Amino acid sequence: MRNLLSRTRLGTEGVLLGIILALSIVLALTTDSFLTLQNLFDLLNNQSVNIIFAVGLVVVLIAGGIDISFAVAASVVQYVVMTLLIDTLGGGSWPLGILLSMLVGTLLGLFNALLIHRFRIVSIIVTIGTFNLFFGLLMYFTGGVSIYDIPDWLYYSIPLLNLPAERGSATLYFPVAVMAVMVMLTWFILARTGFGRAVYGFGSSPEAARRSGVSVWKIHAFAYGWLGLCAGVAGLMQAHIVQEVVPNALIGQELPILAAVVLGGATLGGGRGSVLGAVLGVLLLAVVQNGLNLLGVTPYAFRMIVGLIILIAITTSNLGNLLPRSTRAQNV
Amino acid sequence: MSEIAIRARHVSKVFGQSRVLDDVEFELRRGEVMCLAGENGCGKSTLIKIINGVYKPEPGIEFTFGDETLSDISPMEARSRGIHVIWQDLALFPHLTVAENIVFDDYVSKPWRPISYKKALQQSREIIQQFGLKLDPTARVEDLSIAHRQLVAICRVLRAGASIIFMDEPTASLTHKEVQALLAITRSLAEKGISIVLVSHRLAEVLEVCQRVTVLRNGQLVGMYPTEGMTQARLSTLMTGLELELTPRAKTHQGEPVLELKKLSRAGEFADISFTLHRGEILGLTGLLGAGRTEIAHTIFGMTKPTSGSIHKDGQPLKLNSNRDAVRHKIAYLSEDRLHLGLVQNQSINMNTAVTVLPTLEQPRFFLSPQRIKALTARWIAQLKTKVSDAELAVSSLSGGNQQRIALAKWLATEPDVLILDCPTIGVDVGAKAGIFDIIRGLADQGVAILLISDEAGEIWMNTDRALVLRDGRIATEVIPSETTEETLEAIINA
Amino acid sequence: MNNPLNTPSRAGIRLGGDTIEVMVMMALLIISIVFFSLLAPGFLSATNFSSMSMQLPELGLLSLAMLVPIISGGLNLSVTFTANIAGLTTAWLVQGLLAGVGILSVPMAIMVGLVVGAAAGFIIGIIVAYVGAHPILVSLGAMIFLQGVGEFLTRGGGISGMPEVFQTIGSGSFLGVPIPMLIFLTAAAGLMYVMHFTRIGFSIYMLGSNPRATEYSGINVKRVLITVYTISGLLAGLAGMVMLARFNSVRVGHGESYLLITVLACFLAGANPFGGFGRVLPLVLGLMSLQVIASGMNLMGASQHLATAVWGAFLIIVMALRMPFIKQS
Repeated sequence: MRNLLSRTRLGTEGVLLGIILALSIVLALTTDSFLTLQNLFDLLNNQSVNIIFAVGLVVVLIAGGIDISFAVAASVVQYVVMTLLIDTLGGGSWPLGILLSMLVGTLLGLFNALLIHRFRIVSIIVTIGTFNLFFGLLMYFTGGVSIYDIPDWLYYSIPLLNLPAERGSATLYFPVAVMAVMVMLTWFILARTGFGRAVYGFGSSPEAARRSGVSVWKIHAFAYGWLGLCAGVAGLMQAHIVQEVVPNALIGQELPILAAVVLGGATLGGGRGSVLGAVLGVLLLAVVQNGLNLLGVTPYAFRMIVGLIILIAITTSNLGNLLPRSTRAQNV
Repeated sequence: MSEIAIRARHVSKVFGQSRVLDDVEFELRRGEVMCLAGENGCGKSTLIKIINGVYKPEPGIEFTFGDETLSDISPMEARSRGIHVIWQDLALFPHLTVAENIVFDDYVSKPWRPISYKKALQQSREIIQQFGLKLDPTARVEDLSIAHRQLVAICRVLRAGASIIFMDEPTASLTHKEVQALLAITRSLAEKGISIVLVSHRLAEVLEVCQRVTVLRNGQLVGMYPTEGMTQARLSTLMTGLELELTPRAKTHQGEPVLELKKLSRAGEFADISFTLHRGEILGLTGLLGAGRTEIAHTIFGMTKPTSGSIHKDGQPLKLNSNRDAVRHKIAYLSEDRLHLGLVQNQSINMNTAVTVLPTLEQPRFFLSPQRIKALTARWIAQLKTKVSDAELAVSSLSGGNQQRIALAKWLATEPDVLILDCPTIGVDVGAKAGIFDIIRGLADQGVAILLISDEAGEIWMNTDRALVLRDGRIATEVIPSETTEETLEAIINA
Repeated sequence: MNNPLNTPSRAGIRLGGDTIEVMVMMALLIISIVFFSLLAPGFLSATNFSSMSMQLPELGLLSLAMLVPIISGGLNLSVTFTANIAGLTTAWLVQGLLAGVGILSVPMAIMVGLVVGAAAGFIIGIIVAYVGAHPILVSLGAMIFLQGVGEFLTRGGGISGMPEVFQTIGSGSFLGVPIPMLIFLTAAAGLMYVMHFTRIGFSIYMLGSNPRATEYSGINVKRVLITVYTISGLLAGLAGMVMLARFNSVRVGHGESYLLITVLACFLAGANPFGGFGRVLPLVLGLMSLQVIASGMNLMGASQHLATAVWGAFLIIVMALRMPFIKQS
C-alpha cells in the first residue's frame, strides 16, 4: 500500500505543514483574533496534553503496534499519584509528582508490553483488555468520585512567559515546556539514536529486525513503556490544568488522538510516522477547531468537520490504490 | 589452486526422527563462486544454517579455517569469520532508506550512540563505490525493484565484513537482464577475494558463473564437481538420482479452435500476441521471467485490460471486465502463487474447492447447502486422487502436490473450456509432478484446451503439443517439441 | 499446523460454528451461572433473568454489527454512533415529518432509521473497498464524523417522548421473553443463516482470510466488502431502534461505552483478529456469560465497573490461552 503523499518530496509532514500554514493565512485574514499572541499561546496551552499523548502513541504505531488504553492509563496515574502524594507523602512537590507519574505510567505501559510479548497477543486485543481492566478498577476503587483537593503546587498555574499583547497579556504556561521536553526527547530517541532507528526497523519488518539481532522485548518494552510514561506525564499535566482529578475525564480521548497521529503520517502497519508528523496532526485539528470557533461556527459542528477532515485525509492518502494495477505492480 | 576459505566435514543434523544431513562435507575456496544444488528438502538450507551457526549440528563436525580447526561454531563466531547469508526474503527494512539499511547493524550493536545520517550516507557511498554498484543511498528500499534490493542486501553484508556469502535463490524473481547483472556482480566480488555460494535452481545460470557445484540429495553429499564439462541434464540427474526417460509429447490430433488472440497488447507488458488454442490441445507458453507470460494470462483471465487487440472465444469477441466474466465464459486460471493467490490457505478444503462455483451451488437462491459443497469436494478429491483425511481441515495442512490438486479441482469444477496453468509444478515434489501432468494430459484428452505456462524447458518439451517462446513481451518463435530436442528448446528460451 | 481452534469445523457443525469454541463458551456460561447461583443472592430469580434479558440486546446487536467486519478482516468502530444516528432519524421522523401519518408513522420511521444505519455502513464499505484504506482508520473517521453529525443536529441535546408503541417494544414481552431479546435472537439467527448458508457469508469468510486469493477465485471482493459494512450498519441501526425503545429517548453518545466491549466480546468468542474466523453462536453464548457476570456481580454488591474490569481480565486470559493456536495471515 503506497502513500501518495509520501511519494512527494515534502512527505506527509511537509504537506501538513503547508495545510496548517495555508489555513493560518486564511484565518489571519478573515478573523481579527487568530494571529494574536493570546490565541496562539492558548492554542499551545490547550494542546500540550494531547501532544504529549500523541508523541507517545506515535512510537507504538511506528513499532507496528496500537494502544487503546493510554488515556485510561493516564487517569489511573492521576489517581494513584494523587492518592500516594496526599495520603502518604504529605503533599509532595513537582519533581516528586512528575517522577511518580512517569514511574506509574511506565509500569502500566510495561504491563501491556509484557502481555503482548509474553503471550504473543495482538496489541489491539491486549490494550482493549487493559482499557477495560484499568477503567473498571479505577471506577471501582474511586467509586467515581473526583479529587478536588489537589496539592497547592499542582493547583496554581505556573506562567513561563508573559508577553504584553493587544488586550492584556499573553501567557505561556508550564505544561507547554513539559510538552516541548517530551517532544524533543521522543524525537531525539527516534531520529538520533540507533535504538530509535531499530524501532523503525522493527515496525518495518519484525522478522528482519529479529534476524539482525534486535531484541524484540526491548522494542516492545520501550514502545509501550514510553507511551505509558508520556501518558503519566500527560495525566499529571491535565490534572494541573483543570485543577482537579476526574476519573472519566480522559476516557474517549484515545481514538481522536489516534486519528490525529495517523493524520500525521503514521500507519497501522508500522515503520512509518514521525514525531513532527504527530505534533502537526494534533495541531492541524486544533487550528481547524480554533478557526471554526473564531469564525463563529457553532461548536456543535466542530466534531463533524474534524471527522470529515480525517475521512478525506485517509481517503486521499490511499488514492494510490485506485491507480491501474500494472502501475502499482512496478512499484512493488 | 587458491587457498581454502572454509571447510566443514562430518556435518550431520537430526530433527526428531529424520536425519536431514548425513555426514556431509563442504568446501569453499577463496574467491570462488560455488553452486549448492539439490532438490527441495535435500538439506541445503540446513547445511547453510549449520555453517552460519544458527543450527547446532550433531557432534563430530569439524570446521577448518586456514590452519584453525573448530568443533563448533556460534552465530557470533560465524559472523566474525565473515560468513553471511542473504536469504531469499533479503531481510531488509522497506520503510528505511538504502543507507540506513546498509548501516543497520550499527544501530543494533551501539543502540544509544547518537547517530548521524550524513555519516551513514557517506559510509554507504563508500561501499557502493568500492564494489562498483549502482545504487542511490537516499532512496527508500520500498521504492526499489527486487534486483536493487538485492544489491542493498549485498552492500549490507559487505559492510559487515563478509568474506563468505551464501545467497539463497538470488535469481528467483529477477528478469533475464537483472540476472545477468547480478551474476556479473558476483564475479567481480569473487575477483576481490570474496567467496560466494549460490543456491539456485536455474541450472543454466549456475553453470555459466560457478566454478564448482556441490550437489546434495536426501541429506547426503552426491559430490563436488567442476562446472567445466557439466551439462544441465547431468546435473539434473545428479540432483534427482533419476535417469528420467525423457520423451516429448506425441502430437495429438487437434479439435476446433476455442480461444483466439489477435494482436493482443498491453502497454509495458506484452505486444502483438496472436495465437489460436484448440480443443484438446496443450499449448506451451514459455520464456524467461519478465517476458510477459503471467501478464498475458492475467489479461485472458480478465484481471487486466488489453490496450489493443482482441480475445475471441468460439469465434465471438470477448469483453472481459473482470475475472468473473472470464469464468462465465469458461476460462479458468490456475495461479503460479498457490500460497497467496491460488488458494485461501487457512480455510477448509471444502471451501476452497467450492469457491469458484458458488452461484451454481446456491440453489435455490440464498440457500447454499453444506451438503452440496461436501459432495462436490468429495467427487473431485476422488477424481484427482487427492490424499485428504478430512475435507474440513485447512488446505494448508496438505502437501504441495495435494494442494495443487485442490487448486485444479476448484477450477475444474467450473467445467472450463480453456484452462490456463501458470507454473503448475512450483513447490511440488518431483514424484508428485508426474501425477499433476498425468491429470493435465487427461484433461486435454477430454477436450479441454490447455495453455501451459512454465519456465522449465523440460516440462514444456515433454507435455505440450506446441510451444510459444516469449521474449520481451513478444512471441519470438513457435516450437513443436516432437520435432526438436529439449536442449534446443532450452537454448531458444535462454537466447 | 492444524489445530482444533482454527481449522474449520468438522461434520456439519457449520450451522453452529466451531464445536470447540461453542463448547468453551457454553462451559463459560454454565460455570458463571452456577457460580453466581451459589454466591449471588437472588440470581436465580425471574426478576434477575428478565432484567438480564433486557440489558443484553443492545450490546448483543452492536456486537453482531462488529462481528461481521471482524470476520472480513476489518473492524467497524462506528457502530455505536451509527446506532445513535439511526435512532435519531427515527425519533425525529416520528415526532416531525411523519407525525401526521397516523398508525403507519412508526413502522415507516423505523424502516427509514434502519436504512440510514445501512447507508452509513454502505459508505464505509465503499471507502474500504475502493480506496483500500485500513478499515480501522476509515471507521474511526466515520465514527468521529457521525458523532459530529449527531451533535450538530441535536445541539448536544436529545430527543425524548416517543409514542407508546416504543414503550411496548422496549419493555414489553412476548410469551415471557422481552421483545428486545426476541429482536436480538432473531437478528442473531438471521445472521447465522447468512454467514453459513449463503454465498455472501461464504465469501466473507474467504475474503477475511485472504482477499487477493478470493478475488482470483472470481469473487467480487469489493461488493462483498461493501455488503459486510452495510450489514454491520443495518445491525447497528437495529441496535439504535432497541435503544430508542428502551430509553424512550435518543441522545448522541448513548451506548458509546459499549464500543470496545463489542470488540472484546467478538475476540472472546473466538473471532480471529486477522480475519477469516468467527461464529455467531459462540458470540451469543459469550455475550450471555458477560451479562451473567455483570448481573451476578451486581447482585453480590459489586459495581458494574468491577464487572468491566473482570471482562477485560477475562479477554486477556482467554487470548493468552488461545494465542498459540491462532493463525496469522
